[in-house]
Amino acid sequence: MPAQITFRDVTLGYDRHPAVHHLSGEVVSGALLAVIGPNGAGKSTLFRGLVGILKPLSGTVTLAGLGVRDIAYLPQIAEIDRSFPISVFDFVGTGLWRVTGIFGGIGKGSRERIAQALASVGLTGFENRGIGTLSGGQMQRMLFARVLLQDSPLIVLDEPFNAIDAKTIDDLLALTKRWHREGRTVIAALHDMDLVRANFPDTLLLAREPVAWGATAEVLTAESLAEARRMCEAFDDSAHACAETSRQSRAA
Amino acid sequence: MSIHDALVAPFLDFEFMRRALAAVIALSLAGAPIGVFLMLRRMSLVGDAMAHAILPGAAIGFLLSGLNLFAMTTGGLIAGFTVAILAGLVSRTTGLKEDASLATFYLASLALGVSIVSLKGSNIDLLHVLFGNILAMDDQTLLVIAANATITLIVLAVIYRPLVIESVDPLFLRTVSRAGAPAHLIFLALVVINLVNGFQALGTLLAVGLMILPAGIARFWSRDITGLICIAVVSALMSGYAGLVLSFQTRLPSGPAIILVAAGLYMASVLFGSVGGLVRQLFPGRHLEA
Repeated sequence: MPAQITFRDVTLGYDRHPAVHHLSGEVVSGALLAVIGPNGAGKSTLFRGLVGILKPLSGTVTLAGLGVRDIAYLPQIAEIDRSFPISVFDFVGTGLWRVTGIFGGIGKGSRERIAQALASVGLTGFENRGIGTLSGGQMQRMLFARVLLQDSPLIVLDEPFNAIDAKTIDDLLALTKRWHREGRTVIAALHDMDLVRANFPDTLLLAREPVAWGATAEVLTAESLAEARRMCEAFDDSAHACAETSRQSRAA
Repeated sequence: MSIHDALVAPFLDFEFMRRALAAVIALSLAGAPIGVFLMLRRMSLVGDAMAHAILPGAAIGFLLSGLNLFAMTTGGLIAGFTVAILAGLVSRTTGLKEDASLATFYLASLALGVSIVSLKGSNIDLLHVLFGNILAMDDQTLLVIAANATITLIVLAVIYRPLVIESVDPLFLRTVSRAGAPAHLIFLALVVINLVNGFQALGTLLAVGLMILPAGIARFWSRDITGLICIAVVSALMSGYAGLVLSFQTRLPSGPAIILVAAGLYMASVLFGSVGGLVRQLFPGRHLEA
């Protein structure tokens, strides 16, 4: 399989402090990849770098044949103003942006697609409700419906199952697997190891640096998880410039 | 005095009242939708700050060509755009919150405006700048107001979709499009255009009134953005008309009369509004089955 995403020595961070340090590797097209690691391991930062919100401090991320704006990205902490007076139907409809752009109309076909997307996540009948009236789980279902409408070959989900009940997780996980069967590349940050073992063929264990990356059964071992916990040390204000980078720049 | 004499006759008998009514209609049609977006984006006070920011430009226009509204409008537009765009750029590029960066720029602008005015120091004309005079609309001023209102409505229609998405989920818009930042800056420019418009009629101090008060009224009657915009426009029109009648019959100054009527409507909406009004909250009725 060709690579959908190629990381070349990527370092991502804030104010020069790395949160993801020297990551290299490939995600093949059509992969269903779980990204796991303790809090502060750099999972969200990696995703922000991937979708182009955060510029890498060094290294490059290449997306085969895609622009960063073609990625469907579900952030962990959405910046959604839930008091804004917009209906569930209109909100989910913004997922059609790639089709409609600024001026394109929402015709009969688009309306049917929006209705189908809402049906796929079990929100039929919620069309005219304001987004402020939804519960946490319903909100997450609605965001999945928007991802569905984005119809993207590369889907990035940042901790999509946090604070969600078991029934909702089952439904949304089924949708995630459907995307996988359709040949889309899906990357999800997760904390539930059993869920990862049961559903995700590949896993990247991240602790600022990649600890292990490969088939899930080989990555999720007691040793590598302990290693990840040990490596996830804090932001150091007086940290020195990274020696590895300066060696490389001298060599170059 | 018959109802006709009180409500219709002033506009039939006096041309300045007809001109004032035309100005109020133009201001309401363009300003109220802008006010709704200001409110939804939690920028109501930003509008107020911007109203002060246009002062130095208007003052320079006044110094250069006297009480020429066209020169003052142009000056106000330049000053307002400069402050809006500088503040927007600083907050977008440095992460400083928009309100903090705007506060800095509008205070500097206000100080500059007051300094310029004090150099010339004719206070009577300055009263006109500060409080406007909707009863003294000449052809040129009326055309400027109508043109600004037309531009506002067309541009708002063009940026409507990205502006709504940017208001409700800015991170999503950033991941699918580059339209977010331009839509925001264009919106700020529309705010300035409408403030300059309002400042012709109501003065710098009350210019923002016909934008923000109708939006606040609408919030108590609708949960839907289309409904909000329609109700805001209607209540701005009602305030404008009733304010002019009130001012004609009682000799209240016209700008404050319009804003006082809008404030009255606002208080009535706070009490009796169907969406979150106080009376509704006190007597909510029995709870529903599901």
